[in-house]
Amino acid sequence: MTAAVAEALLEVDDLHTHFQLKNKLIRAVNGVSFAVRRGEILGIAGESGAGKSVTCMSILRLVPNPGRIVRGRILFTGQDLLTKSEKQIRELRGQTVSMVFEDPLNSLDPAFRVGDLIGEALTLHKGLSKREAWKSAGELLRLVGIPDPDRRLDNYPHELSGGMQQRVMIAIALSCDPALLIADNPTTALDVTIQIQILDLVKQLRDRLGMAVLWITHDLGVVAKLCDRVVIMYAGEVMEQGDVYGVLKHPRHPYTRRLIDALPKLGRPEQRLMPIDGRPPDPANLPAGCPFAPRCYKAQPACEERAVPLVETSDGRAVRCLFPED
Amino acid sequence: MSVANLQVKDTADAKTQPDVAAEQRMFRRPSEWRIFWEAFSQDRLAVGAAALIGLVCLVSMLAPFLSPYDPTVGDNSLRLAPIGTPSHWLGLDGQGRDILSRLLWGGRVSLAIALLPVAVSSIISVFLGLVAGFFGGKVDMIIMRTLDVFFAFPAVLLAVAIAGVLGPGMLNVMLSLTIVLIPYISRVAYMATVTVKNELFVDQARVSGARPLQILFHHILPNTLSPVIVYGSTLVGIMIVLGAGLSFLGLGITPPKPDWGIMCSDGRNFLSVAPHVSAVPGIMLILVAMSFNIVGDGLRDALDPKLRK
Repeated sequence: MTAAVAEALLEVDDLHTHFQLKNKLIRAVNGVSFAVRRGEILGIAGESGAGKSVTCMSILRLVPNPGRIVRGRILFTGQDLLTKSEKQIRELRGQTVSMVFEDPLNSLDPAFRVGDLIGEALTLHKGLSKREAWKSAGELLRLVGIPDPDRRLDNYPHELSGGMQQRVMIAIALSCDPALLIADNPTTALDVTIQIQILDLVKQLRDRLGMAVLWITHDLGVVAKLCDRVVIMYAGEVMEQGDVYGVLKHPRHPYTRRLIDALPKLGRPEQRLMPIDGRPPDPANLPAGCPFAPRCYKAQPACEERAVPLVETSDGRAVRCLFPED
Repeated sequence: MSVANLQVKDTADAKTQPDVAAEQRMFRRPSEWRIFWEAFSQDRLAVGAAALIGLVCLVSMLAPFLSPYDPTVGDNSLRLAPIGTPSHWLGLDGQGRDILSRLLWGGRVSLAIALLPVAVSSIISVFLGLVAGFFGGKVDMIIMRTLDVFFAFPAVLLAVAIAGVLGPGMLNVMLSLTIVLIPYISRVAYMATVTVKNELFVDQARVSGARPLQILFHHILPNTLSPVIVYGSTLVGIMIVLGAGLSFLGLGITPPKPDWGIMCSDGRNFLSVAPHVSAVPGIMLILVAMSFNIVGDGLRDALDPKLRK
């Protein structure tokens, strides 16, 4: 990990985000650590409720009520975001770190034209006049591959197709030249042909602009296509991380293994899908040991006794398992 | 890979040439007002209704110059003369007063009583509803629970009570109607705010680094106006009637000064022999109230980008 730390743009260290409800404590994120290097695309994959989105919102310090970041550090270019003032963090949002949401239509304010929406961050952070902002907005639409961008500026969001809306979202996120783009499931609402266009676009933009991307998804296919490295999360913990090829080709954690087995495979229609039995643990009542142990085919009594540490290996991978595959 | 790739390349080439047409379009970009006006002017019904309201407002304001007779002095020899009587085209009422003149003078009172309270309380209510809905928690509690107290009283009773305490007079009637309306419109604005507040685009604005007040006024306010405009426009007609009710109880303007509501109620004794005494102001009332509803709907359609044609 030391090598990664040296070139890390964003380093999340032992992050705990909890939601205190009336009679129970939801532990959504439990000691998550990972690093995003400059210019890399890091995927965070896991099933719904694994704490992926809460981790993202924690990075921008926008955890919805009654969530609290209880413990941990979030280092961005070496500075801890959790100790910054609200004003400093607002400067950061949309400017150095920007975010794209899952549902493009609902993320775009229906009352404004595309040009106003893209220009908003520019007028906010760069102090551009409205006309200058519209001009830059046109450039940005061109950058994200929207044909006839100048005319599109006058459109309202609902007049665009889903793929275009997501491109507009990406244009908004890119407007202030961010160092890090966080994308929370941005392709789930799109059909696969548009999805692949967006993935290609993000890759290209990364190459051209040199930003780092943190891509949240529950689709391992997207991870394989897009990401350089991947973090597999389960029940608010990192189960495994490493380079995409290694993790997906030779998974070490039984959970990663089962996730991959659960995917349909091209060319082998006779093979039945293998679902993972059981369900994720209740985040208000997490087991003391490995959270996956109750569903794990390799589980031993030792797994349930106490927390399993995340063990790093020399090849830059890490796995949280007492009996990893090899 | 191919599609996005091609487009980026393709447009990157285009970028190198100075795009004169685009430059000009940027210069001549239609403003929000222009877009709104173009959408609104296509709605013929709404434009007609707005014109009618404008005309009624204009002639009411010019009543001192247009009115052919004194609205308070009657000619007993011609009591209850029907519509079409020479030199009294809309007839005379039970005390021989010229209905046209009373309609003109009464319009000043009725329109003021209908419009001002709705306008003023809408502004106050939007502010209260926005603040309560957006900040939530204690602020929400204090504002909305206080307004809930007003809901405990029937609106008309409350208006009577307030006007009674303040004493008779047109200004006091308007004040009491304003107070009565605030809880109702606030609730509409509050509900709209709470709905809009949880929309993803508000999170999007937050993620873009917008300050809370910028989010409130830039993103939430425009999206809460539609329901308030529509609701407010339906209230205008009700206010004319309610204001007339207060006058009838001796709390509004004092007879023999006319307003449309009083004119309607004056005519009720002669309904079987001279229906026009009530009908003429009644039709005016309906026309104006309906026009406000139509204009309200038209405004909503023209202000909401999704409803524009």
